[in-house]
Amino acid sequence: MSERVLICGNEAMGEAAVMAGVDAYFGYPITPQNEFTAYMAKRMPEEGRIFLQTESELAAINMVYGASATGKRAMTSSSSPGISLMQEGISYLAGAELPAVVVNVMRGGPGLGNIAPSQGDYFQATRGGGHGDYRTIAIGPSTVQELIDYMQLAFELADEYRTPVTILADGILGQMMEPVTFRKRKPRKLPPKDWALTGAEGRGQNIVRSLWLKEGALENHNYKLQEKYKKIEKNEVICEQYAVDDAEIVLVAYGVAARMVKAAVIKARKHGIKAGWIRPVTLWPFPTEQISKAAEDFKIFLTVEMSLGQMVDDVKLAVEGKCPVLFYGRPGGGIPGPEQILEKIKQLSITPKATAIKS
Amino acid sequence: MKTVFQRTPTLKNCKTHYCPGCGHGIAHRLVAEAIDELDIRGKTIGIAPVGCAVLAYDYLDVDMVEVAHGRAPAVATGMKRTNPDKIIFSYQGDGDLAAIGTAEIIHAAHRGEHITVIFINNAVFGMTGGQMAPTTIVGQKTATTPKGRNITTEGHPLKVSELIASLPGAVFVERVSVSNPAQIRKAKKAIKHAFELQLNKTAGLAFVEVLSPCPTYWRMSPVKAMEWIEDEMTKVFPLGRLKDVE
Amino acid sequence: MKTNTLHEKVIIAGFGGQGIMLAGKLLGHTAMVAGKEVTYMPSYGAEVRGGTAHCMVVIDDEPIASPMVSNPTSLIVMNKASLSKFAPRLKSGGLLIVNSSLIEKNNLKDISADIKILAVPANEIAVELGNVKAANMVALGAFLQKRKLFGSEAAANSLPKVLAKRHHKTLPVNSKALNKGAEFAKEH
Repeated sequence: MSERVLICGNEAMGEAAVMAGVDAYFGYPITPQNEFTAYMAKRMPEEGRIFLQTESELAAINMVYGASATGKRAMTSSSSPGISLMQEGISYLAGAELPAVVVNVMRGGPGLGNIAPSQGDYFQATRGGGHGDYRTIAIGPSTVQELIDYMQLAFELADEYRTPVTILADGILGQMMEPVTFRKRKPRKLPPKDWALTGAEGRGQNIVRSLWLKEGALENHNYKLQEKYKKIEKNEVICEQYAVDDAEIVLVAYGVAARMVKAAVIKARKHGIKAGWIRPVTLWPFPTEQISKAAEDFKIFLTVEMSLGQMVDDVKLAVEGKCPVLFYGRPGGGIPGPEQILEKIKQLSITPKATAIKS
Repeated sequence: MKTVFQRTPTLKNCKTHYCPGCGHGIAHRLVAEAIDELDIRGKTIGIAPVGCAVLAYDYLDVDMVEVAHGRAPAVATGMKRTNPDKIIFSYQGDGDLAAIGTAEIIHAAHRGEHITVIFINNAVFGMTGGQMAPTTIVGQKTATTPKGRNITTEGHPLKVSELIASLPGAVFVERVSVSNPAQIRKAKKAIKHAFELQLNKTAGLAFVEVLSPCPTYWRMSPVKAMEWIEDEMTKVFPLGRLKDVE
Repeated sequence: MKTNTLHEKVIIAGFGGQGIMLAGKLLGHTAMVAGKEVTYMPSYGAEVRGGTAHCMVVIDDEPIASPMVSNPTSLIVMNKASLSKFAPRLKSGGLLIVNSSLIEKNNLKDISADIKILAVPANEIAVELGNVKAANMVALGAFLQKRKLFGSEAAANSLPKVLAKRHHKTLPVNSKALNKGAEFAKEH
C-alpha cells in the first residue's frame, strides 16, 4: 500500500495498530480521541480480532493487562482525564513487566479542563505516572504520518522490553487530516513470550505479578527494572535536529509544537538569525546526550511547549547549567504559533542576555 | 494399603499463610479439586485478588496472575476474549469484589463474560486488619465499626449474589458455605458446576459466593466462627441456587 | 518572500448539517491529489447538530507547520453567525465567499474594502439542481474558480473518496453543484 490517503490521526493510528498486529483493543469514549475507538469497533471484527467498549478506563487498562498477560498484543486509547484513571493499571503493567500500548490524545487540563489540544501530560507520561519507581517509554509523533510510522515501533518496544509504551499525541494530531501512506517496516526480532499465561500444559506454573513480599525481593525487582530502563535509555533514544552546529539559539520542542518551531526557525534563518532546533521523538528515553552535546558551545536554549513548562525541566537537566534555558509556551488549548515563536527568537537574538521572556 | 484420601495435585503441597480456622484453605482445595476432576489444569488461568488470597498462586498450581484491587473481572474479560478456549477464573474477596471492584464485576456479569467467579464472603476486610466490608452484617463489630455496623451510617450489607442474579448475563449464581462437611460438599458441587459451564461454552458468567469464616477478625474460635456462619450470616445471606441454566 | 509559492489558509463555516466538514475534506483531498501539502482540521466542539461548525484547510507548497488557522486568506461562510464570527479575522486582500441565500447584503457593509467578496446564492442554485444540501458544493465550486487553485472537475473526482458510501447516490448532484458554483463565479 503506497497510495496517499487523506485520513485523520485517530483513524490513522487505528489502522496502523491493525497493521502492527494488535490482537485486542479496549477503550472508553472520550474527546478528542473518539474516532480511534469507533474505527477499531469497525475494523477489529473485520480482522477477527477483539474490540470491546469498556465500562471505564480502569476496566480498559485492566483488560489490556489481562490480554497482555496471556501474550497477546493489546492496546487502549484515551485522552488526558482517562489516562489519569488508567495510571493504576499502568503502574501494575510496569510492575508485572507486561507489554502494552497506550495512546494519549492529550487535551487541556487539569481536571475536566477542555477538549482542546494540549501537551500538559508530559510529566505524567515520562515520569511513570502512577505510583512506584518506574518509567514508561513515551513517543511524541508530530505528524499523522508519524502516528502511523511509530505505532509498529511502539508495539515492538513494548514486547522487547516488556513495558507499557505511551504514544503521546494531542487533539490536533488526533483530529487533523493529512495525506499519508501506510507502509510496513521489517519487524524487529523479539524474544519469545515464555512468561505468558497460556495454561500450564506440560510445564510448571507461570505467574505474572507485581507483589514481592519477601525481604529484599522488591528491592531486587526494582534493580532489575532499572537495569532494563538503563538499556532503553542507551538503545532507544530517537531525536531529530536541524542547524544546531552554528546556531546561537536552539529551540527544543516535541509533537505538534515541533512543527511550529520548525517553521519559526526557517523564518528566523531568512531573517539572518542563526537558529536551529532539536526535536525529541522519544520523550522517555529523553535525548539528554544530544542536548548536552549541543550545549557544549554557548547557545541559548528555548523550549516551546503547549503547556506552561514541563519538558523544559528535562532540557535543563541535559544542559546542566552550561547555557541559559528559556521557555515559551501556552496552556489549556493555546497554541504557540510560528509567528509568536519567531517573535521570541527575535527578542532573544537582540538581547541574548535576557533571562526571562513574557508571553 | 488402600488410599482413601489424597491431596489433589493442583493444590500445592505447602503450608499456607492463612490464620487457623480461615476458610480460604477449604475454598482453595475445592477450586483445585474441581480443576483436577475436570482435567483442565493445562488450560486454566486464575486471577488472584488483593486481599488475604493475594498469594493464591502460591497454593494453586495453575498459571495465575495477580491484579489490582477489584479489577479481576476486567482482567478476566481481557483474557477470555482473546483466549476463548482457555478456562478463566477469578477468586475474589468481599472488599475486592463488592467494594472497590463493584463496577468491574457488575459489568462483566452484565456483558455475560464466559468466566467463572469465586467470591469469598467473610463479612470483613482481612488483610488490612478487620475493617468493615460491604458484606459486614448489621451490628457486627469491626475495626471501623467499633460499635457495630449501623444501617443509618453504614447502610445494609450488600447482597452481591442477588444483584448478580438479576443480570441476564449471569447464567449461574449460587451461594454456598464452608461451615460444615455437608455444606462443603454442596460448595464443591457448585464450584465444579461453575467451571463446567465455562468448559461447555455456556454463554454467560458463572458466580459462586462462598460464606467463609474469619475467626481472627470475628474475634472467635474457629469452631464458634463456623457456628456464626450458620446462626447469623446465613440469615442475611441465605444459601442456595439463585439461578442456573435449564 | 516568493510570491508564486502557494500559502492558502481557508476557513469554511456554517451551521451543523450544512456539510461544512464535507466541503473541507473535499478541498483537502483535491489538494492532496494535486500533489500539495495539505492539512484539514475540524472544529470538534460539543454541539453536533444545529450549532456552528467550521473547519480549517491549509494548502501549501511547503510542509505545513500549523493546521490551525487564525487569520484565513479565504473564508467561505454559509450562514450569518459564521460571517460575524470569522469575517473580522480575514487577512487583508483575502477572499470572502458568502452564501447570499442566507446572508443578506446589508450584513456585508462592515467588511473592509480590501476584501474581495463574492456573494453566491448557494441554496437557490442547489435547489434548482434538485437538492438544497448541495449548497456547500456550490460555494466550494465558486471558491475554487475564484482562487484558481484546482478545477471543479478535480474536486468532483475526489468526491467519491470523501463522501460516505451511503450517500453516493448524491454524487451526480454534488458534481453538478461544484460546476454550477464555478460557472457562477466565472460570471460574477
